[in-house]
Amino acid sequence: MLESFQIIISLLDSTIRIATPLIFCAMAGIFSERSGIIDIGLEGKMLLSAFVAATATFLTGSPIFGLFAAILVSCSASLIHGFACITNKGDQVISGLAINILASGLTITLGIALFSRGGQTPPLASEQRFMPIDFLFLDQLSFVPVFGELFVEVISGHNILVYLSVLAVFFTYYVIFKTRFGLRLRAVGEKPEAVDTAGISVTKMRYQSILIAGMLCGLAGAYLSIAHGAGFGREMSAGKGYIALAAMIFGKWNPIPTLLACLLFGFLEALGVRLEGVELIWIGEVPVQVMQALPYVLTVVLLAGFIGKARAPGAIGVPYSKEG
Amino acid sequence: MSDSNIIPKWLSVGVIPLMNLFLAFCVSGLFIFFIGENPFKAIFVMIKGAFYYPGAIGYTLYYTTNFIFTGLAVALAFHARLFNIGGEGQAYVGGLGVGLVCLIFDQHVVGFLVTILAILGSVIFGAIWGIIPGYLQAKRGSHIVITTIMFNFIAAALMVYLLVNVIIEPGQMSPETRDFASGVGLEQIHILAKYLGLEMAMSPLNLSFIVALFVSVGFWFLVWRTKFGYEVRSLGHSETAAIYAGIKVSSTIIIVMAISGGLAGLVAINELLGVHNKLLLGFTAGYGFTGIAVALMGRNHPFGIFLASLLFGALYQGGTELDFEFSSITREMVLLIQGLIILFSGALAYMLNPLVERIYIKYYGNYNNA
Repeated sequence: MLESFQIIISLLDSTIRIATPLIFCAMAGIFSERSGIIDIGLEGKMLLSAFVAATATFLTGSPIFGLFAAILVSCSASLIHGFACITNKGDQVISGLAINILASGLTITLGIALFSRGGQTPPLASEQRFMPIDFLFLDQLSFVPVFGELFVEVISGHNILVYLSVLAVFFTYYVIFKTRFGLRLRAVGEKPEAVDTAGISVTKMRYQSILIAGMLCGLAGAYLSIAHGAGFGREMSAGKGYIALAAMIFGKWNPIPTLLACLLFGFLEALGVRLEGVELIWIGEVPVQVMQALPYVLTVVLLAGFIGKARAPGAIGVPYSKEG
Repeated sequence: MSDSNIIPKWLSVGVIPLMNLFLAFCVSGLFIFFIGENPFKAIFVMIKGAFYYPGAIGYTLYYTTNFIFTGLAVALAFHARLFNIGGEGQAYVGGLGVGLVCLIFDQHVVGFLVTILAILGSVIFGAIWGIIPGYLQAKRGSHIVITTIMFNFIAAALMVYLLVNVIIEPGQMSPETRDFASGVGLEQIHILAKYLGLEMAMSPLNLSFIVALFVSVGFWFLVWRTKFGYEVRSLGHSETAAIYAGIKVSSTIIIVMAISGGLAGLVAINELLGVHNKLLLGFTAGYGFTGIAVALMGRNHPFGIFLASLLFGALYQGGTELDFEFSSITREMVLLIQGLIILFSGALAYMLNPLVERIYIKYYGNYNNA
């Protein structure tokens, strides 16, 4: 009994670690797509900012500087996306794809040119990273049964970005549903003509939304390379941007359900790792690939309308042209 | 998005795409310059690597073959205004078709027949991986872009599982099947040349290239000379108009995705039947994604796709030469160039139109009024 409790605790702990970059990216996706801009480029922005975060931190020794550099680069990628598909009315999927491929090539090329380590950045020392934070009263709390352990192992002891990701969800919820900006943002994604008629610039709204998305992707990238990890590795984002996209769809473009989807997908991955080589009663060994594929399968099933209905914002993917 | 009708076609279809390509290369050159190398030397090395060394052209055409298949796959879907990002997964699963056919039949059936069946296997398996997203788009309204992305990942997981646990050669560490029997496979061109008494440098170029050329002609015929092609293009132009014209939209979407997937699946014959002679992990190596760049550059026309494939073939083969000649730039530079080409030739394809239109009107007046 005690052992299985330990297993659950450690599973939940890794779930949170895995889910953090997904949460940032999925919130970024919500901002972008709610304003009508498809964002396939989450993956590329995360990869770019992971690289820049590690590089800037290594060169300056300050993770804070690395974090800001990551956000700056991610926002620049957002601006390229915006220039292509808002200003030039280009195809949003193609533009996002270009950013992803560009990010792959750019990070490896620059990594090799700068550090000659096959695309990796040099490892960072622990004072150059965002390290786990232990909460106060840990010692006293750890004696409390169940809750104490849960608090010490699962809630406490993560780096600052993990807690920031939870804040990001509430920030997203608040901005999108409780502010005037958010109302306009949603309107731009559903009926841009209406917003335009009200005298609000569709272009400006959309640029603002994708810049917020850029910031959030920057946080995701920084988490990978200077908080969770200690340096950048080739193709470090490894499809997480796409899983975040799936989580966003799974959460039907709403922040709180999307958070739950990110946690679910994170849990599936943690479980997959945990179950590797373990024989389960009745089922036998579950291949780790099943767990890896499950988020994508679930998203496909959801999109097909077999569990509820996922409806994208009305004007998504359509460049806005003023009449006349 | 549509081509401008203010300027003549040779400008909008010929000159502007070349200008976009030129921009992509300029920006790539800037990156090389910032890294501290000479961009002109890099281009020289790549051209030499792609065309000059013995066997280089063979390698270039071998890559070209893959890009023709994936480029056509993306292009056909584009004609129906469907964005098939799933070429990578369809090619991968196509490989499963080849692998299964060969592993099941190659000990019992004559090699030539197994090869034909394996080619069919690649098409059918690739088609299945296209049909499912097609069906979900047509009947359940799920967006094809998202579904095909998801199917790429599902294909990757499926193939890793099968190769690691099921069809791996027993006693083998790396996840690949046993070699196919000796009579199975598509002959490489340099070996065929030897039969004819010609001396050719060794390269992986094989009969798949000839298949790709025939398929290209077939593609042209299908899209521009058949009723089905007409329906596909009408659907791409306006779904509402297609419905009023009595075109069955959902079945057209499903058939288009089937053919598109089948075309992508053909990558497997070049890679597995022509070169590796077994099914192995990750043989698609991003060719499916490059197909998107190829289709965009080639303007969804088989001739344009052939030229774009040739360019990407040269980039891939020339890119490997970068590793030998430079210490600080590698073949991954090609990914960067590829990303820039997708950006400029795809997402920013019409950026230069207003500029070119203004200049044209200034000097020649309005083309349509003339």
